[in-house]
Amino acid sequence: MILFVILVPLVLGASAFAWPDNRTRPVLLLVGSALHVVGIVSLWTHPEAPVMNGYLFLDAAGKVVVSTSSVLFLASAIYAQGYLRHRSDRDNRVFVGGLLILLAAMTTVGMAQHLGVLWVAIEITTLATAPLIYFNHNAQSLEAAWKYLLVSSLGIALALLGTFFLALSGAGPDGPRSLMLDDLIRAGPQLSRPWVRAAFVFLLVGYGTKMGLAPLHSWKPDAYGEAPGLLGALLAGGITNFAFLSVVRVLQVTSAAGEGAFARDALLGLGLLSMALAAVFMAGQRDFKRMLAYSSVEHMGILAVALGLGGAAVTGAFYHVLNNGLSKGVMFLAAGNIHRAYGSKRTDQVRGAARRLPISGPLFLAGFLAVTGTPPFGPFWSEFMILNGAIGTGRPVVAALFLLFLAVIFIGMGATVLHVVQGSDEGAPGNPGFKDSWLTAGPPLVLMLAVLALGIWLPSGLMGLFSAAARLVTGT
Amino acid sequence: MGAWTDMAFILVVVLDLFLLASSRLGAAIRAVALQGALLSLLALLLTSSGHSLGHMLVVAGGAFFIKAILIPWLMFRAIREMAIRREMEPLVGYVPSMILGGVGVVLSFAFSRGLPLPTHEMHPFLVPTALATVWTGLLLVVSRRKAVTQVLGFLVLENGVFVFGLLLTDFMPVMVEAGVLLDLLAAVFVMGIVMFQINREFASLDTDALSSLKD
Repeated sequence: MILFVILVPLVLGASAFAWPDNRTRPVLLLVGSALHVVGIVSLWTHPEAPVMNGYLFLDAAGKVVVSTSSVLFLASAIYAQGYLRHRSDRDNRVFVGGLLILLAAMTTVGMAQHLGVLWVAIEITTLATAPLIYFNHNAQSLEAAWKYLLVSSLGIALALLGTFFLALSGAGPDGPRSLMLDDLIRAGPQLSRPWVRAAFVFLLVGYGTKMGLAPLHSWKPDAYGEAPGLLGALLAGGITNFAFLSVVRVLQVTSAAGEGAFARDALLGLGLLSMALAAVFMAGQRDFKRMLAYSSVEHMGILAVALGLGGAAVTGAFYHVLNNGLSKGVMFLAAGNIHRAYGSKRTDQVRGAARRLPISGPLFLAGFLAVTGTPPFGPFWSEFMILNGAIGTGRPVVAALFLLFLAVIFIGMGATVLHVVQGSDEGAPGNPGFKDSWLTAGPPLVLMLAVLALGIWLPSGLMGLFSAAARLVTGT
Repeated sequence: MGAWTDMAFILVVVLDLFLLASSRLGAAIRAVALQGALLSLLALLLTSSGHSLGHMLVVAGGAFFIKAILIPWLMFRAIREMAIRREMEPLVGYVPSMILGGVGVVLSFAFSRGLPLPTHEMHPFLVPTALATVWTGLLLVVSRRKAVTQVLGFLVLENGVFVFGLLLTDFMPVMVEAGVLLDLLAAVFVMGIVMFQINREFASLDTDALSSLKD
C-alpha cells in the first residue's frame, strides 16, 4: 500500500498528459485522490513495515501530514471538477497532470526515511507546481511563477548542501556513513557537532523557504495571489505542511546530536518573526488572496514557534498541521469562488459576497474565524495547546508575544474579510455566469464542518497520534 | 595525478571569477559547461580504491552528460530563440562582483580551515572550492537582471553543491544521486519554459519587468 499511494497518482499523472479529451481529463484527479484516500485508510487500519530497504515508511509524524493532505486533495479534486468546467477554454493537461504528480511527490515526502530521498521529493513538489501557478497565462501569474521557481530552487539547493553537511557529520571513522533517518538518530552524539550545526542552518534556510517562514517568504504572496484557488489550497494546506515535516526530520537528527537547544532557539526566532511580519502586512491588505498568503506565513510561524518551544507544544503543532491544512482549504476554495464571481480580488471592488454567494460568502467568514483561532473551531484548541506549552516551559514572554500577534492578526484580517463579505453587492463588478454549485461550494463546506467537528470533539485516537508524532521530536 | 587534481580545482574557482566578470551570455554558458566538465573529471580523479569504480563512472558520466552537454545546449537554444547576447546593467557591477567573489574565495578557505572534516581529507581544495562556487552562484542570482543569467547562477550554485557531494559518494546511493541530477535537469527545463513565456509576454528577459506584484 505504501508504494500504491505513490505510484497510483504518478501513473495517473503521466496518463493525464496523454489523455486526449480536455472535458473528461479532470476525472483523473477524482480517481487518483479517491484511490489515495482508500490507500491511506488501509494504512491506518493495517500499518505496514518499511519498504524499499527502509527508505519509505509511514511513521506517526508522516501519517498526520499525509492524511491531512489526502483529505485536502480529495476536496480540491472535487472542486476542480466544477472549476475546470468553468475554465473549459483553457487546456488543462498540464494542470491535471501536475496536480497528480504533486500528490505523488507529497506522499513520498511524507514517507521518506532517507534525507536524500526527502530532498528529491521536495524538489519535485516545486517543479510540479511552478507551471500550475501560470495557469491563467497572464503577465502577473508569469511573474509569480518565476519568483516561486527561482526562490524555491535556491532554497532547495541550499537544503541539498545542508543535507551533504549532515551526511559529512556522520562520516567519521565510527559514524553511521548514511543518510537514513534512523541511522543518524541512533548515532546521535557520535555525529560531528560543528557540522550538524552548519547543516541545520542550511537546512532551515532551505526548507524554511519552502515553508515560507519570514524573511524567506517573498514568493508566497505572489504565488498565492495569482494561482487558482485550489492550487492555493494545496500550497498553503499541503506543500508547506510537508516542508514543516522536513524541518521536523532535520530537528530529530539535530536533537539526537545534542544541538537541539540551538536549533529550537533558531526556530522560535524565525517563528515569532513570521507572526510579526504577517501581523504587519495583514493590516490594510487590499487583495484578499494575498491576505491569505500572509495568513499562511503566520501559521507556518506558529508551527515553528511550537517546534521551538518543545515539550507539550509539539503535540499542539501536529494538531495544528491538521487544522491548518483543512482550514486553509476552506479559505482558498471559498476565496477562489468569490474571485470568480466578481472577476476581481481587490477589496475596493468586492463587497457583499454573502449576498451574491450564499454558501461561499459565509464560508469565507467562518473560515476566517477558524484560522484566526476563534472557539469552538479546531485551530483554537491547537493554538491553545501551543500557548499552554509556552507557559508550561516557562516562556511567558513568548506566550505574550504569541497572543499579541494573534490578536493583531485577528483585527487586521477581520477588517478585510468583513469588507468582502458584508454589505450590498450592487455596483460591484461581476461574472453573472457563476453561482455557488455543489461542486464548487460543497468541498469547502465539508472541510469547514470537519474543522468545526475537530474543535468540538477530537477522537482519542487522533490525540494519541499527535502525541506519538511529537515523541519522535522530543524523544520523551 | 595530484597536480592534475589541483589544477582542476583551481580552474573551477577561476571560472567562478570569470563568470562574475563576464557580460557576454555565450561566453558565460560556455564557462558553465566547462565547469560541469571539470566536475565530472574531478569525480574520476578523486576515485580512490575505497570507492566502487562503477558508481563513480555513473556519477561522472551522468554529470558530464547533463551539466556539460545537455543543459548548455538548452541554454544556447534559449538565447538563440530569444535573440539576446549581453547582460546589460547588472544590479551589482562587474568589478564589485569580482571583488565580492574574491572575498568569498578567501572566506571559504578560512571557513574550511576552521571546520576540520570528520573524515579523512580527500583533497585540501575540495571544501573551499565547493563553498566559493556556491557563493558565486548566489551572487549571480541576486545581482543579475536577465532571467538567463539567473538560471546560470543557479547552475553554478548546483555545481558547488556537487563538488561538496564528491566527499560523500561512497555512501550516497546511486538512486539519490541520479535523482539529484534529474531534478536539476528538470528544474532548468521548467525554468527554460518560463523564460520563453517571459520573453513572449514582455518582449524582453529583464526580470525588472517582473515587478508589478508587491505590497
